[in-house]
Amino acid sequence: MIELDIEEKTYHLNLGPQHPSTHGVLRVLLEMQGEYITKAEPVIGYGHRGHEHMAENRNYHQFLPNMGRVDYLHALAYNQGYCMAVEKLLGITVPERAEYLRVILSEFNRIASHLLWVGAYLLDLGAFTPILYCFDDRENILDLLDRITGSRLTYCFYRFGGVTKDLDDEFIAGSRAFIKRLRGRFKDYDNLVTKNVIFINRARGVGFISKEQCLLYGLTGPMVRGSGIPYDIRKSEPYSAYPAFDFEIPIGDTGDVMDRYLVRLREMGQSLRIIEQALDKLPNGPIMAEKVPKRVKPAESEVYQAVETARGEFGIYIVSQGDVKPYRIKLRVPSFGNLSVLPELAVDTLVADLVAILGSMDVVIPEIDR
Amino acid sequence: MELLAQYLGTEVGRLIVGLIGVMALVAVNALFLIWMERKVSAHMQLRLGPMEVGWHGFIQTVCDALKLMGKELITPEEVDRPVYLLAPIVVFLPVFLVFLVVPFSSSIIIKDMNVGLLLILAFSTIAVLAILMAGWSSNNKYSVLGAIRSVAQNVAYEIPLLITVMSIVLTVGSFRLTDIVAAQTSYWFVLTQPLAFILYIVCATAETNRSPFDLPEAESELVAGFHTEYSGMRFAMFFLAEYTNMFIVSAVASVLFLGGWHGPLLPGLIWFLLKVYAIIFLMMWFRWTFPRVRFDQLISFAWKILIPLSFANLLITALVLKL
Amino acid sequence: MMTYFKEIVSGFWSLLAGMAVTIRYFVKPVVTVQYPRKKIQMSPAYRGYPQLILDPETKTHRCIACEMCARMCPSQLITVDGAKFPGEKQKRATKYIHEHQYCSLCGLCTEVCPTSALEYSKEYRLVGFRREDSVLDHLILLQKRQKAVGLPPTPIPTAEEIAAAAAAEAKEKEAKAKAAAAAAAKKAAPAKEVKE
Repeated sequence: MIELDIEEKTYHLNLGPQHPSTHGVLRVLLEMQGEYITKAEPVIGYGHRGHEHMAENRNYHQFLPNMGRVDYLHALAYNQGYCMAVEKLLGITVPERAEYLRVILSEFNRIASHLLWVGAYLLDLGAFTPILYCFDDRENILDLLDRITGSRLTYCFYRFGGVTKDLDDEFIAGSRAFIKRLRGRFKDYDNLVTKNVIFINRARGVGFISKEQCLLYGLTGPMVRGSGIPYDIRKSEPYSAYPAFDFEIPIGDTGDVMDRYLVRLREMGQSLRIIEQALDKLPNGPIMAEKVPKRVKPAESEVYQAVETARGEFGIYIVSQGDVKPYRIKLRVPSFGNLSVLPELAVDTLVADLVAILGSMDVVIPEIDR
Repeated sequence: MELLAQYLGTEVGRLIVGLIGVMALVAVNALFLIWMERKVSAHMQLRLGPMEVGWHGFIQTVCDALKLMGKELITPEEVDRPVYLLAPIVVFLPVFLVFLVVPFSSSIIIKDMNVGLLLILAFSTIAVLAILMAGWSSNNKYSVLGAIRSVAQNVAYEIPLLITVMSIVLTVGSFRLTDIVAAQTSYWFVLTQPLAFILYIVCATAETNRSPFDLPEAESELVAGFHTEYSGMRFAMFFLAEYTNMFIVSAVASVLFLGGWHGPLLPGLIWFLLKVYAIIFLMMWFRWTFPRVRFDQLISFAWKILIPLSFANLLITALVLKL
Repeated sequence: MMTYFKEIVSGFWSLLAGMAVTIRYFVKPVVTVQYPRKKIQMSPAYRGYPQLILDPETKTHRCIACEMCARMCPSQLITVDGAKFPGEKQKRATKYIHEHQYCSLCGLCTEVCPTSALEYSKEYRLVGFRREDSVLDHLILLQKRQKAVGLPPTPIPTAEEIAAAAAAEAKEKEAKAKAAAAAAAKKAAPAKEVKE
């Protein structure tokens, strides 16, 4: 759409659905004046697949594979959220070893998601090598997870009441080796990316999010932690085995793009700490609860369960009316709220800055459109 | 052979043989450089690059060129036809002509002009005109944006380039390239003027539109820049011009700073080529390490940092020469 | 003034540090594998399409055509048909079709099977020219695997055999019902006699 408004001197530009940057199918309508953006409007819906409608026509077991496809980068956390919600409905307690396993695998998945984000973000900014180093590290994680779950991206590993398979010694040895290796690689990432003056000039002083905006738009995850609010569901409303571990929540001070990048980088280090502690303290025991009904038919009730994913708070709200199929499942995805602050941040920026801001939000479009 | 030597003695004969040699060099150079770029980038990224065609993918570029030649030359409807068709030629021609004065070794030089360096600097500015022609005639808003940015970038980085080269000329006292090479028999100028060398490399990277200054061509933000509307062989001309431009600026760098064709055992030509390709490797190393610089930061970098530093270099050189 | 120069020097130094990282990786060995000239070992838990297990004792499959997998599949892509043949205790599968183009590899079918008849294959080189190439007939694939290890292939019952088996089954049922009725009548008759 090319319109030249002679009086106001603005023109429309389309950051089209087919995007060189790896966010998915997002369209941003820009109204520009010369080089600067006066208005930005994200247009979503290109990837709508009807997950919530599918939930109404499948029983609880059959909906399990869908959760991995909502956000494929941190599929295990979404899987965990759904299983925890149904376990709440049925009143099942998960054995301790299964909880530890769930934490270990979810944290590995979080590191993989953050690694991919770092690589893809730098690809947006024009550096072509960090993405390949990140994918090399990510390949190690995917191989480890492949040994246990059998899948590399869209895992369907947790079940109601526990997990399907147990760890073996090779996995534990592999994870310890990986933890050591990644800690050594952080230094390389620092030298190549974090301390690079070109990157700092592009990321510092761009895309400030204030604390009021965080509350108004319902932002969660590294977006609020970059602005200085220490909100992490693993600490505020602990679930699963997280109370047993000692880890910090990294926060930034100013809320610009660089702070969000540093928060995610440090979160990877904290996840490594959690995995180490979990492997040290791993208890013996069953990996599946004893009395799990084969036909899941919960009583007439509602439940809400929130988990902390790599992008923020994922909430799942199930309304059951006593049938084998849920009446309604509502998925509250973090990227939807995170994207909604873009129009406010994009005013009076260059297009290059818009790309930097959009990348720093870490949105996964398929989960916005569900 | 006698006839050839006699022919080479005459001016016209020298020019014609030289031009044929330059055409061959440009073609082979582009093929080699594209292969080198792919291999260097691949190994920096822990992968292999082209491996299938020929030994380690050596013939890959030939296959790509053949594919490009088979593509349809699409001319959009509303373009400014003469300008559109001339732009690839104008971008390529000056690069060609610069080869007239480059000294490949003590005997291989087509025309040893006494204003050789000035000719090189003058001709490399014509490329900017070609970019503007390409962007404007494409009748495409994004191309015009890309072309305007490219012109601003090129003009901004010309100035520190010229001033840096001036400090070398001041030391030697002549524009003739063979004189500059002859003045480096005992030590290379990179040792006495390291700041000038660094400034020259940075400005050269910006002049050839290479990363981290590659906004005009690798706009992953919007579109492909000024050569969006060109397809097939016309696009290949822009590409060829860029790689040949890299060769030219590296050749000038090796002549000005690294002693041209001086070197111990091997013949002068081999040393010259080694130095040129070493500097090209340096430029490729830059591309695969750094992210892109934002446009306003690029211009402010040129005006606020490079120009003062190059002036300072010139002043210090003048002072030292006086003393 | 000093900060200006300090910034330039520190910025330049950071660029050199970045270049040092890249050149170190330049001389490291590559981490990629040139597929298809070299292949990687798949992990033992890899999820290829679900296939029937070749039982080492009975040398055939264990499927009893209870259709639990077909009912559990979220994408409704399994079609199972079975029949009870005379002389056998349980039903046996006569048709097992799995439309792999819809499969999400969730594994619910393997978990819910009462005889544990399904496992994940390790096949990842799935290539076809038409959509129908992805529709897998598992009884035929089982025969291929049996041939590959030298076992006699399990014959797939034809339509007439199934019809004959169904007829024989019906007959047997009738005979059983008659015998049960006669036995019940017999029981009732002596009881009547005793009563009287």
